[in-house]
Amino acid sequence: MKSKQLELFVGLFIVLGFASLAYLAIQVSGLGSIGKGDVYQIQARFEDIGGLTERAKVSVSGVTIGEVESIVLDKELYMALVTLNINTDMAVIPVDSAAAILTNGLLGEKYIGISIGAEEEYLKNGDEITDTQSALVLETLISQFLFESTSGDDE
Amino acid sequence: MTFVQNIGAITLDWLISVGRSGLFIVQSILHKPKSLRVATQLFIKQLYSVGVLSLVIIMVSGLFIGMVLALQGYTILVKFGSEQAVGQLLALTLLRELSPVVAALLFAGRACSALTAEIGLMKATEQLSSLEMMGVDPYRRIIAPRFLAGLVCLPILSLVFSTVGVLGGEFVAVDWLGIHGGSFWSLMQQSVYFSTDVVNGVIKAFCFAIATTWIAVYQGYECEPTSEGISRATTRTVVLGSLSILALDFILTAAMFGDF
Repeated sequence: MKSKQLELFVGLFIVLGFASLAYLAIQVSGLGSIGKGDVYQIQARFEDIGGLTERAKVSVSGVTIGEVESIVLDKELYMALVTLNINTDMAVIPVDSAAAILTNGLLGEKYIGISIGAEEEYLKNGDEITDTQSALVLETLISQFLFESTSGDDE
Repeated sequence: MTFVQNIGAITLDWLISVGRSGLFIVQSILHKPKSLRVATQLFIKQLYSVGVLSLVIIMVSGLFIGMVLALQGYTILVKFGSEQAVGQLLALTLLRELSPVVAALLFAGRACSALTAEIGLMKATEQLSSLEMMGVDPYRRIIAPRFLAGLVCLPILSLVFSTVGVLGGEFVAVDWLGIHGGSFWSLMQQSVYFSTDVVNGVIKAFCFAIATTWIAVYQGYECEPTSEGISRATTRTVVLGSLSILALDFILTAAMFGDF
């Protein structure tokens, strides 16, 4: 085989490799769509985060407006301190909004849903959402239900 | 006493062959090429025969594995009503495990066995000794371009495998079984991280490439210069190569994804 033709095929092979890498980066892992655009951070403390993970989505009315940046344990209050990255074009979250940890479908991922409040003042970078609702933990729910039903029998 | 002696002799033999293969590979890649142009030409020729010629088998098997994964995942997930998660299942299994491992196994069977047979036949027909007599270093001329081409090709082949697999799975899941395309892609993009999943897959493929190509060139160079010897060396390349891929895969997976 001629040397030029050989080089052509090898070149095609390498270009195919890079094209695959680009495809896997953009289409499969979604690097392009969730670009690190302009974000501001707000915090929220939860009693129990259940199975919430970093990079979980933050949504208002089901529309994604940001993602979870980090989750650490607040050593003084023994609560989970969750930092959220919110897109700057969504800087219109009232200060009395509430954050809840919800589940996407029956077996889906955990995400944070923000219920919009009524104040006219908006949350700024570094502010904290005080009104939070923990993740629903099935065991706690069942034990509550059992406790209530047995105490009902006693009466 | 002879039993103990035998064990000792076998262990020593094994250690010697490990040491020799290590020295062999270090010697062949540390050589500085005399002429960069000739070295590049040799390297490109090997890229063609090791990489480009393996492309068809990699693409066809990637397509079918992606399609089978989507089909199997769908039949199980549809029972739980979460068949949209097929995309997530498909991408994660392909990127993390199947494409580096299956591409490496196919590579060991398709390309590495050919390398061993080629080098072994060169040895049997005394081409290697003739090269040495002409003052051409066989390490530099024969071994180094083949080894380096293997290191470059397998990661590329693994990436191609993943891409074709995802496309095949998408064809089955979205176009054939009728899963909603938007949720298929968005669930996949949510769960796949470029820095962990894609990059770790490439690192895995690179490690497998070192192991299999090293075994292939060493077996070819050290084979008994007879037709039987070549056939034994080729078999050993495929068997040892495949086993080392699977063993390495366990170690790498434990190191990459084990820390929960």
